[in-house]
Amino acid sequence: MSQATINKPIYLDYSATTPVDDRVISVMLGYLGRNASFGNPASRSHMYGWEAEAGVEQARADVAGLIGANPKEIIFTSGATESDNLAIKGAAHFYSKKGKHIVTCKTEHKAVLDSCRQLEREGYEVTYLDPESNGLIDLAKFEAALRDDTILVSIMHVNNEIGVIQDIAAIGEICRGRNIIFHVDAAQSAGKVDIDLERLKVDLMSFSAHKIYGPKGVGALYVRRKPRVRLEAQMHGGGHERGMRSGTLATHQIAGMGEAFRIAKEEMAAENARILGLRERLWEGLKDMEEVYINGDIDQRIAGNINISFNYVEGESLLMALKDLAISSGSACTSASLEPSYVLRALGRNDELAHSSIRFTIGRYTTEQDIDYTITHVRAAVDKLRELSPLWDMYKDGIDLDSIEWAAH
Amino acid sequence: MAYSEKVLDHYEHPRNVGSFAKDEPNIGTGMVGAPACGDVMRLQIKVNDEGIIEDALFKTYGCGSAIASSSLLTEWVKGKSLEQARSIKNTDIAAELALPPVKIHCSVLAEDAINAAVEDYMNKHAS
Repeated sequence: MSQATINKPIYLDYSATTPVDDRVISVMLGYLGRNASFGNPASRSHMYGWEAEAGVEQARADVAGLIGANPKEIIFTSGATESDNLAIKGAAHFYSKKGKHIVTCKTEHKAVLDSCRQLEREGYEVTYLDPESNGLIDLAKFEAALRDDTILVSIMHVNNEIGVIQDIAAIGEICRGRNIIFHVDAAQSAGKVDIDLERLKVDLMSFSAHKIYGPKGVGALYVRRKPRVRLEAQMHGGGHERGMRSGTLATHQIAGMGEAFRIAKEEMAAENARILGLRERLWEGLKDMEEVYINGDIDQRIAGNINISFNYVEGESLLMALKDLAISSGSACTSASLEPSYVLRALGRNDELAHSSIRFTIGRYTTEQDIDYTITHVRAAVDKLRELSPLWDMYKDGIDLDSIEWAAH
Repeated sequence: MAYSEKVLDHYEHPRNVGSFAKDEPNIGTGMVGAPACGDVMRLQIKVNDEGIIEDALFKTYGCGSAIASSSLLTEWVKGKSLEQARSIKNTDIAAELALPPVKIHCSVLAEDAINAAVEDYMNKHAS
């Protein structure tokens, strides 16, 4: 049954967050109450601690199992943002004697960009690469940006706004050949794209639980052991997680993350196929509309993401018109800063198309009825807003909008 | 970000959407904003021989608050003289629509639009 019939909007914002899977909730409950395994996993002297520790180690193995890693290479954190901070600041500080140049991309998540900005304030130099117009990084341009004093590269696996998949295998080869530490933010890719760290030459990888039906407030950082990667800890106090991340482990959160990753490993292939079918159905229903553009490469893309610009219609007005859908927009009006999406800007999209963009992300609980409802309502809303739009009038009259001198204030 | 009822109402039940032929002598057209900013308003007034605005139409590319601000303005200027129309303040629009601080600029743009429309009309009748 379509969610819209029970008065809650249809959720199509899976890239923002996901509901916790019932199976994950069930596992988490086993670590909370007084009849559950509530002990501190670091308590070595009694059964309460041992049970909790067993739960953590099971989760560690499940997380490692999804990505082809050794459990010893998994550090639990409070989320991908913390993992990004730990990886970038931790590696940059540890290897600062080797050099102080870092390479990343303009379309990275703020957790990466702001960590790099912080390092710039500390005296590091950062190169922010431009992607191509399809959102992908050109490998030749990437290699040309590397210097003798480059110590760290950070490139996300899948972009949260446009869903495109970077070629981290190739980037990893280039970095390894030059002994440069390679960090990948995999918050949006784990459980959606195959990751095998036995083959990928990635040194550090950040993970989030709440993007794949796990709870918010927990994530992980993969830290390679062969060859060994060292980090300066960012959280001190007790030496947990091999000294890399102090703080009592949140057993229920970690167990939840483990279960979410275990489920993802089992169900990823089938789920991707189903979700891809739904996305294709959505695009089929919209693609014959005039002046609609997909932002980002359509092939090198995760199944659940489609980001579309509806020209001559502003994004926030479209969100208002589609109040039965939970979606997001790259429009300035939807951000507190009144600036349009920096990701779409980095693709070279002009400001109008950035203002007109809507991101639809499909997930585990999306149904065909949800998609059909979406198609009907998006078409109607776009048509109605174009009736209201002076730019649509001008386009229909054959006027070239770029030739106008606008009286902006 | 919940939408105010009044703002929603202007989208659900638009009034005065459309355009006049801009070259007609009794029509004043104001086009303000820029696509790069995400806000473009076109406001047109039809003025009778007594200098009273007898009709007004608008089209807006912009967020819900921008659409509502320009729509409200077309309602308010009908029956008013050019001077009265020019004296409408953006603060009145913002208050009527209960615009939050981050959307005040939409009402400012609407005020710019009516001023531009009046000015356009007056330029046509300058001599």
